[in-house]
Amino acid sequence: MNTKNKIVTENLVLQYSDGTESLKDISLNIPANSISVLFGPAGGGKSTFLRILNRLNDLANVKQVSGKATLYSDTGELLDILAPDLDVTSLRRRVGMVFARPVVLPMSIRQNLTYGLEAAGERNKNRLNEAVDRSLRQAALWDEVKDRLDDPAVDLSGGQQQRLCIARSLALEPEVLLLDEPTSGLDPISTGKVEASLQVLKNNYTIILVPHSVQQAARAADYAAFFLQGELIEYAPGKEIFTHPTIQQTADYIEGRFG
Amino acid sequence: MQVPRIKSESLITGLIKVFGYSAILFVVLIFYFLISEGFPAITEVSFSEFLKTRWYPIEDYFGILPLLVGSLVVTVGALIIAVPIGLLTAIYIAEVASPQTKEILKPLVELLGGFPSVVLGFLGLLILSQYVRQILALPTGLSALTGALLLAGIAIPSIVSISEDALDTVPKSYRDASLALGATEWQTIWWVTLPAAKSGVLTAIMLGIGRAIGETMVVLMVTGNAPMMPTGLSTLINPTRTMTATIAAEMGEVANGSTHYHVLFFIGIVLFIITLIINVFASTFVFRRKKRSERILS
Amino acid sequence: MKPKHSPARRNRTQRLGFFFLRLVAIVAVIPIIAIIAYIVYKGAPALSWEFITGFPSDGMRSGGIWPAIVGTFFLTMLCALIVAPFGIGAAVYLSEYAPDNRWTQSIRIAIINLAGIPSVVYGLFGLGLFVIFLNLGISILAGSLTLAIMTLPVIITTTEEALRAVPQSFRVVSRSVGATQWQTVRRIVLPQALPGIMTGVILGLERAAGETAPILFTAAVFFLPGLPSSVLDPTMALPYHLYVISTQVPGMSPEIQYGTALVLLIFVLGMNLVATIIRSRARARRQW
Repeated sequence: MNTKNKIVTENLVLQYSDGTESLKDISLNIPANSISVLFGPAGGGKSTFLRILNRLNDLANVKQVSGKATLYSDTGELLDILAPDLDVTSLRRRVGMVFARPVVLPMSIRQNLTYGLEAAGERNKNRLNEAVDRSLRQAALWDEVKDRLDDPAVDLSGGQQQRLCIARSLALEPEVLLLDEPTSGLDPISTGKVEASLQVLKNNYTIILVPHSVQQAARAADYAAFFLQGELIEYAPGKEIFTHPTIQQTADYIEGRFG
Repeated sequence: MQVPRIKSESLITGLIKVFGYSAILFVVLIFYFLISEGFPAITEVSFSEFLKTRWYPIEDYFGILPLLVGSLVVTVGALIIAVPIGLLTAIYIAEVASPQTKEILKPLVELLGGFPSVVLGFLGLLILSQYVRQILALPTGLSALTGALLLAGIAIPSIVSISEDALDTVPKSYRDASLALGATEWQTIWWVTLPAAKSGVLTAIMLGIGRAIGETMVVLMVTGNAPMMPTGLSTLINPTRTMTATIAAEMGEVANGSTHYHVLFFIGIVLFIITLIINVFASTFVFRRKKRSERILS
Repeated sequence: MKPKHSPARRNRTQRLGFFFLRLVAIVAVIPIIAIIAYIVYKGAPALSWEFITGFPSDGMRSGGIWPAIVGTFFLTMLCALIVAPFGIGAAVYLSEYAPDNRWTQSIRIAIINLAGIPSVVYGLFGLGLFVIFLNLGISILAGSLTLAIMTLPVIITTTEEALRAVPQSFRVVSRSVGATQWQTVRRIVLPQALPGIMTGVILGLERAAGETAPILFTAAVFFLPGLPSSVLDPTMALPYHLYVISTQVPGMSPEIQYGTALVLLIFVLGMNLVATIIRSRARARRQW
């Protein structure tokens, strides 16, 4: 099956300012329009890897990132993610991120959704409203909030807030969606809703997901990568890696022998 | 749409940086001016003259010692009263008082902190000094004691607010652990909570000292303004003069550029250095701040 | 193991101890109420329309204190206009832009030191720099500039605290949807920190309004025939006025003295009240 690649990283290494290496030599091909899952025990570097892809690590005291990371954009251009002169604000609109704890901005639901577009300079009321509409439907939240779009976002429940965060990223029509343990604080029903919407979203977006359990990884993954202490141990299609892992450490982790 | 925004972004960032550095600029400026106006004093008046005990500028007596001692006596006197009362009140508010009482007491103490010192000096002059005069049978009520009492009133709000904040910051888990071991709340306060808040309390006291030494109007109005060296126990009930009061009282009457003028600036330098030392001490006790990177990645 | 003191004895110690603490707190707090009550009691009779809006006469022994009120008002307002941009700007720099290095540390140390300098030293500085060197003379401008520098460290520290109280997660989220640093500060951080910033500014100005020493040699005069006509004129001011009429004018009626003190108190404590109201309303309306 020849799938187009969306993001390719080669020999990615990240070092913190105190010298500790968080990522060692990660080379990974993320296929387009699929769900790629990064799983493994805590401290493996999965979150750090995600934050390189949208250059959010720039905000922290990172000593050095070496290697190459390329985004194959829908417009046909190849973006060198690590380039120092890259316009990172534009990158972050193409590569959206959803965090583990739902963080809604202290504004109304509508304003949360239009925030990114307005920061990009969009002023047209029609286009903004259309984005609100579209993103809420894609995040499976429209029916629950359509009558109270101007209410404060903090009034929503945890599960609704997280779906709002997904919608907030979708409003910018990104090409890639990064999700870092998006359901870790949610009840099983909300978790199910989020997982279901991801399956629909992958048709239009490329999704990279860090799950909060191996079970979630197995449910969601088209492709899965096992991270252990900063190293990429194994990377294979989801159907294969969870049933027939080829490396012993992967098998040990999946079967719960450590974690 | 992109390009203009990037330009204005760096413009604003640059402007904000300018504001940031202005703080250093002002400290340097202050230091420079004090030194440039005060340094001539050292050349015009011999250093040994400063250490003499007679301050009478009209006849060229520039002994600073009585002023230094005056500041010291009044400040120490104020602290003897203010530290115990302030600390105990802070403990009461933070550890013992009910939430409703706390809601009333905290703003009340803050209110006192906002009082203009000239109002306190005024009341001290009209009321407190009369009492001191009657009770201690003095010719006037203007003395170091009166000054110390009022200064305590000025220092107490600082000591109370900052100590109370420090005590509040002690994690609840410390108290819970102590109580779980069978200690009473009273014992917990003295053996666990207060020691844990030690650095904050020390900061509060240092800042109280700073406020007391630096206070001008109160001491100007009630200490009698007579520069005298201490003479044993009666020092407290004698009038005295602080460095701050000296500057305030005499600056208006000096000729620009005269020796007296330079000496007053010199006293200003001494005050500046004293409070600098106190503040450096206090800031070494200040709670540590998390670095921004830790906050982002955590 | 048998404890040395019986529970009964430890409880008695605690009850006595708490009682003693309560006593001390009352001793500390009662004078505050007493002072305010007394000043109101003795000063209120003097408060008449003529007193507040009239000019002094008979060597200050009668008449009104309008010029002093106006003077303090202008000094405070001008001080606010000068100190707010610098103070808030410096705080935004320290909180949002400054790297975590030696330079930034030294700026913070400089601010802490500025905060502890006695007000009379600021008066000297103002005299040297503004009145003499910049040749502004004894004027509202010189006084306001002096007050502004004195208030600067307080504004910087309280503003920085207000900015840091805004959750870091807001900033990260804002950057992650493509907003720039300044957009994040302008659209999220500053608006959320605004009540705290306003409280800090008002409390800083409260001190500026009530201080005498900084304006002693830089702006205040005892008597002016009329109101100041420009910022380069000297002015009367409430704190200085109170000082002089209570120490240097013989035959002064206590009523006028208390009245002046009361007016100053109302001015200053009024600001305190506004700040407290802003702070508690903001706390109730917070969306985080």
